[in-house]
Amino acid sequence: MPLLEAQGISKVYGKLTALDGAALTVGENEFHGLIGPNGSGKSTLMKCVAGAEVPTTGKVSFVNTDITAFTPTERARAGMSLKFQITSVLPTLTLYDNILLALQAHSSLFDLVLSRTRNRLHDQVMTMLTQFRLADRAYDAAAALSHGQQQWLEIAMALAGKPRLLLLDEPTGGMSLEERRVTGELLQPIKQHCSLVIVEHDLDFIRDICDRLTVLDQGKVLASGTVAEIQANRNVQEIYLRRA
Amino acid sequence: MGGAEQAVARIGEGPDVVMGEGAPAASAPAGRASAGWKVLPIVEGLVLLIALVLPWVLQDYLTVFATRVVILALFALSFDLVWGYAGIMSFGQALFFGAAGYGVALMARDLNVTSILLILPAGMLIGLTAALLLGGFLLLGRYPSSVIFVSLGTLTGSYAADRLARGWYYLGGQNGIPSIPPLTLGSYEFEEGPVYYYMVLGILVVVYLLCRFLVRSQFGLALAGLRENEQRIAFFGYKAQHLKAIIFAVGGTIAGLAGSLYAFHEGFVWPNMLGVVFSTQVVLYVLFGGSGTLIGAVIGTVIIEGVSFWLSDNYRDVWPIILGVLLLLVIMFRPLGLVSFVLGERERVGSFGKGPNKKGPNKAPKPKETGNAAP
Repeated sequence: MPLLEAQGISKVYGKLTALDGAALTVGENEFHGLIGPNGSGKSTLMKCVAGAEVPTTGKVSFVNTDITAFTPTERARAGMSLKFQITSVLPTLTLYDNILLALQAHSSLFDLVLSRTRNRLHDQVMTMLTQFRLADRAYDAAAALSHGQQQWLEIAMALAGKPRLLLLDEPTGGMSLEERRVTGELLQPIKQHCSLVIVEHDLDFIRDICDRLTVLDQGKVLASGTVAEIQANRNVQEIYLRRA
Repeated sequence: MGGAEQAVARIGEGPDVVMGEGAPAASAPAGRASAGWKVLPIVEGLVLLIALVLPWVLQDYLTVFATRVVILALFALSFDLVWGYAGIMSFGQALFFGAAGYGVALMARDLNVTSILLILPAGMLIGLTAALLLGGFLLLGRYPSSVIFVSLGTLTGSYAADRLARGWYYLGGQNGIPSIPPLTLGSYEFEEGPVYYYMVLGILVVVYLLCRFLVRSQFGLALAGLRENEQRIAFFGYKAQHLKAIIFAVGGTIAGLAGSLYAFHEGFVWPNMLGVVFSTQVVLYVLFGGSGTLIGAVIGTVIIEGVSFWLSDNYRDVWPIILGVLLLLVIMFRPLGLVSFVLGERERVGSFGKGPNKKGPNKAPKPKETGNAAP
């Protein structure tokens, strides 16, 4: 049984059809890349899965539950997490507090008011920061980080709640080559406990990190399969050649 | 039209926009603060010190005025929690203040209840109930309500209550409810003057400390997330609407406490206490002093009320204009309020992690190591 199954997803904005019966299936501990030309509907599909948009038609199942009508909060509590395309770390808070904010999301109100999970979560905060190579800047404001570091911080925040599925919308956007390489390294270890859906323009990055790919074109699924299968696919080569 | 929409959008973003503009200006003191000593406790201590000696240096009629200011500062705290900390546009905070004022005035008039032990809890309960009802309607829902909905809803609530009170004979109509008897404790009567002053100052200090505890707790961190990026924290799994309704109710409770103290201090209640006049006044207090800092709300109230008092005495005809210009200047050039002259951004926002580690992660483990080595 797949972890995530989205079927027949359509999204219509007025006259514009962004998605037209798209589908996405992701298994346990699978890194799944979502690729396609600009305007093919990758981000929209991601948003429909994450709950940032409600699909016009279609059904999203997660861990055998129909979550199509779930709010983002309910999806998060079911084990899904999202890193936005635009970095949305909280700039005035310290890195430490950004992570703590993500970690304490499931604490009860009573615990929050009395700060009862503060000590218990401390080690987890530092572990996350260390894992994402940000520990030495724990007490700086997030606004002081470079763009690439902010992206890492945000991935760390998205992972803090130990999700079973992480949705990453353009994690390497605006990064240098070196930062992209490090991002790939940082993502590898999470495979043991988490599946990943990545929307990304950098095809080399996608090829290095992903197990399976889904290719979208004009709101429809053009092809879906292993990286090798997709690379050998004529249609896929064509749309990328057409663009080039 | 476009301009108006933009303005509304800017208001909607509230603290975010304000922070963005203020950040560069505020960064200098931030460096100073992080270098070792903290400014905030010094400011708080100074304000408390001044407040404590005030009745000794002021004439009696000024002590009465100062008492009114302390009660209004309590009211300002309630609004600051809701708006400055949680980012909820409550333009009808006077509804809770006034509803409690009217409620306790009726208790005194019709039921002869004047005991402080009944009046203050009743005022808080009225504020809490009103805030739960209005907040439940405006804030709770499956999806977050829009900023416009909340700001217009609170404003309308306050305006409607004002109109209702004006037209309702039982509540005294335009004149309100006059000659409320003094607040009592056993056979003792709280008259205007130093005793009433110290009583409300004591309450202000207690409420201030409770608020301070709350905004620095992990709940305070959740509030910071709420005001900076509500959508983001919903994706972490926070029930953002619940958080909002809770802080709105806390704000309503404090406003109710302030309203009941105000009613008994002034000796009468009138429809303005419920309406737009008081609702906007409290916005100005907090904006002027510095939203998102508790001490800013207090300082803003003291300065606006103090300056108004002095100007209305000495420049009777032009004082509203002078006051308006002063407010505009602060809002344009010091969007973070007067406290931002001394308070850096780091200290204003605060940090919520483990206490001892704030000065550097290396310091905490060291004592532990020596502790382990000793036995």
